[in-house]
Amino acid sequence: MPKDHGIGASPKRREDVRFLTGAGQYTDDINVYGQTYCYFLRSDVAHGKINRIDTSDAEKMPGVVRIFTGKDFEGVGGLPCGWQVTDRFGQPMKEPGHPVLAQGKVRHVGDPIAAVVADSLEEARNAAEAIVLDIEELPAAVDMKAALGDGAPLVHDDIGSNLCYDWGFVEDNKGAVDEAIKNAAHVTTLELVNQRLVANPMEPRVAVGDYSRANDESTLYTTSQNPHVIRLLMGAFVLGIPEHKLRVVAPDVGGGFGTKIFHYAEEAFVTFAARKINRPVKWTASRSEAFMSDAHGRDHVTKIELALDKDNNFVAIRTETLANMGAYLSTFAPSVPTWLHGTLMAGNYKTPNIYVNVKAVFTNTVPVDAYRGAGRPEATFQLERVIDKAARELGVDPIALRRQNFVTEFPYQTPVAVVYDTGDYNATMNKLEEMADIKGFAARRKASEAKGKLRGFGVNCYIEACGIAPSNLVGQLGARAGLYESATVRVNATGTISVYTGSHSHGQGHETAFPQVVAEMLGIDESMIDIVHGDTSKIPMGMGTYGSRSLAVGGSAMVRATEKIINKAKKIASHLLEASEADIELKDGKFSVAGTDKSVAWGDVTLAAYVPHNYPLEDLEPGLEETAFYDPSNFTYPAGAYACEVELDPETGKVTIERFAAADDFGNIVNPMIVSGQVHGGLAQGIGQALLESCAYDENGQLLSASYMDYAMPRADDVPFYSVDHSCATPCTHNPLGVKGCGEAGAIGSPPAVINAVIDALQSGGHKVEHINMPASPQRVWAAMHG
Amino acid sequence: MTEVTMTVNGKSVTKSVKGNTLMTEFLREELRLTGTHVGCDTSQCGACVIHVNGEAIKACTMFAAEAQGSEVTTIEGMANADGSLGVIQQAFQDHHGLQCGFCTPGMVMSAAALLKDNPKPTEHEIRDYLEGNICRCTGYHNIVKAIMAASGQDVSGIAAE
Ligand code: FES
Ligand code: FES
Repeated sequence: MPKDHGIGASPKRREDVRFLTGAGQYTDDINVYGQTYCYFLRSDVAHGKINRIDTSDAEKMPGVVRIFTGKDFEGVGGLPCGWQVTDRFGQPMKEPGHPVLAQGKVRHVGDPIAAVVADSLEEARNAAEAIVLDIEELPAAVDMKAALGDGAPLVHDDIGSNLCYDWGFVEDNKGAVDEAIKNAAHVTTLELVNQRLVANPMEPRVAVGDYSRANDESTLYTTSQNPHVIRLLMGAFVLGIPEHKLRVVAPDVGGGFGTKIFHYAEEAFVTFAARKINRPVKWTASRSEAFMSDAHGRDHVTKIELALDKDNNFVAIRTETLANMGAYLSTFAPSVPTWLHGTLMAGNYKTPNIYVNVKAVFTNTVPVDAYRGAGRPEATFQLERVIDKAARELGVDPIALRRQNFVTEFPYQTPVAVVYDTGDYNATMNKLEEMADIKGFAARRKASEAKGKLRGFGVNCYIEACGIAPSNLVGQLGARAGLYESATVRVNATGTISVYTGSHSHGQGHETAFPQVVAEMLGIDESMIDIVHGDTSKIPMGMGTYGSRSLAVGGSAMVRATEKIINKAKKIASHLLEASEADIELKDGKFSVAGTDKSVAWGDVTLAAYVPHNYPLEDLEPGLEETAFYDPSNFTYPAGAYACEVELDPETGKVTIERFAAADDFGNIVNPMIVSGQVHGGLAQGIGQALLESCAYDENGQLLSASYMDYAMPRADDVPFYSVDHSCATPCTHNPLGVKGCGEAGAIGSPPAVINAVIDALQSGGHKVEHINMPASPQRVWAAMHG
Repeated sequence: MTEVTMTVNGKSVTKSVKGNTLMTEFLREELRLTGTHVGCDTSQCGACVIHVNGEAIKACTMFAAEAQGSEVTTIEGMANADGSLGVIQQAFQDHHGLQCGFCTPGMVMSAAALLKDNPKPTEHEIRDYLEGNICRCTGYHNIVKAIMAASGQDVSGIAAE
């Protein structure tokens, strides 16, 4: 019998009511009295020298309040990068400046050159058209390999090349890895592209800046996954506004997927401009603008080698990757191809020797940063593709080859720094085999073939590092922030509770799931508990939501704060019951004296805390409110096995997903309904990457996919009903809830399963295709069949 | 400026609008009905779907002036008279057919239009009909399931949760 409340139950989401009735409060729904509108004039060339910007005619246009250019930001800080990577030679990465508005040069299509602030958006837009620009177009660095070649155009002249860093991991392993590969019985090599994607949350970014002269305080309403991070970066590094004079609010946010983690120029601009003109400034991205200003994702080109001994045991992995940074370093960009990618190259397997080399490259393209999975999908894709290729070359079953090499003993120290605390990869694989009905595949293939179609089956495993992250560890790795999370549990006099969390909900359902945790601990009804998030003026310093960390880190902070509440409440109860504190038990919202029928209700204790007439005032402060900061001691390691079955039309090359099964180990589950939903969404994004999505540039750096006409988003008829399971749980050993995180798994685990299935289908039709780059569009598949 | 009169969620409204004011702007800015969302600028995403004279329309493709004399329904008009969720809205909540909620108003409005014409659509028909509505969060699984459930079909056989 499934539970109907507390941990493990699936209550209906309480946030749904406002979203379903049009009562959500998204940033664009916020208008501030006296507000102006901002329009950014953006570069339409990939690379150019700004000779002149003449705003004199534009300034005279109706409604214009003020026009800003790069000149206005001289002496103002640039957008900071939050992670410093150290290269193979012990040198820090190259870290060029990133001005709020372009200074001297434009470096990608979409780079903001000027901002018009006017009484209406229409007037702002019209005035922007009257700005006279003299920009001398320069040759652009677009292709990464070419960008590293001699004589390539330089994105940043002052750093002398387009190389951001050349990273080796673990550098000391390199010799052993080279040796193992040289002596291996078999080496499988694969070169592949993990294409550039655009996260595309359905709500475009919005920023509203407001300024109060009364107390010299700025407020920024923004579509962010982590308002405190924005407050810190923007206040301390860009605008020099102290934190107590800066409030950042991220209200209902319409999806993030990573791209709303970062601090963007537009946020700094509206905050800056509102102070200058003493009026609120609002900016709402159009979708086309989002395509050229939201940080993009992925964009790796990789060569991977997998070496096996004569018994098919994995003995070494060596990879070389070019990772695109785009024109500037976005907030966490340097960490993605390194610490979020290299550390996962062991996958679910016990490969003793691993060496990862990554060269990060500047190009005249939109900056690239974390997108759902961030580095881990790139690691998973190359590893799970090369294993499949190896199985085919060796003529062995791809599942058996995986099983043979699984890590089976925990904790497991990988050769790439991380320690897996727990897992059971055979269990998820067993589950998957059952879900995917492998036995029935032959018959289904036959049926497809009878219709003139090909059918393929693909499987893969994945592991990710979530619950980001132990602060001291990431500090050593170059993070310029701690990655703890905070929670304040404020119990009111009548017993209701507000929980203030640094985690941010932009679709994850925290307002429903978090109360389940607190309610379970206190034995009271979930409806008595509300979650407050997304406003730096209300919540303690929090690091926000990304890296599947909300429950593992934010939830743990909540557990710790609630434990403190219980401790204090027991003291109050012992006073009221005139019993020793050690004898007080809390059960079902009641404090009782063990072994007696004496008890006080939760509400009596909370009332006593705030109306302390009968209260141990000498020993205990009144009130019932506690804060905890939780810093995890390790990452968490969700893992699983995924299977995809495709049908391929040899006439057109079109691939259809017929079945998709996902068996995940997320540790303990608080709300199974929400967890399944997270997996579904991730799967659609992974299937989108595998079959549809691609952010394309031409050789001059023109963005070819700048709208939904050219960027193929997965739609309802591109995906099937998924079969998902998370019953194979090995609880995380180091956080109090035993949870691992589920937000990114679907996007990490699905692309290789799809491509493995496509290759299987092609091979079954006699096509000797060993690899196909994503997206496996009809055109590409057809070309592979006939190439 | 021209004066337009229309009925929005059962109430008559008269406003003067510019000829180029989009229906999305009119609803969101003039009437403060911010449940109708704008997710794109190429009429591809469906976050803005409303009903005009009973038909599903992308409000971003229509000028407010064109709605003169029309009967308009937005997401704010979809709940029951007592304020409780309508059948489709309720099915979306019951089956977790929404996450961030941004596409949701458009999804509900499209679903309502579909069920009016086709009271028991198949999975395939639903997926086909939703071609113009993008959701980035749910992977569509629970949206399709919710619409099937709203049309009275048994969805218990559809994969877990
Ligand atoms: S906003 Fe109307 S279709 Fe996207
Ligand atoms: S619920 Fe977020 S876009 Fe659909």
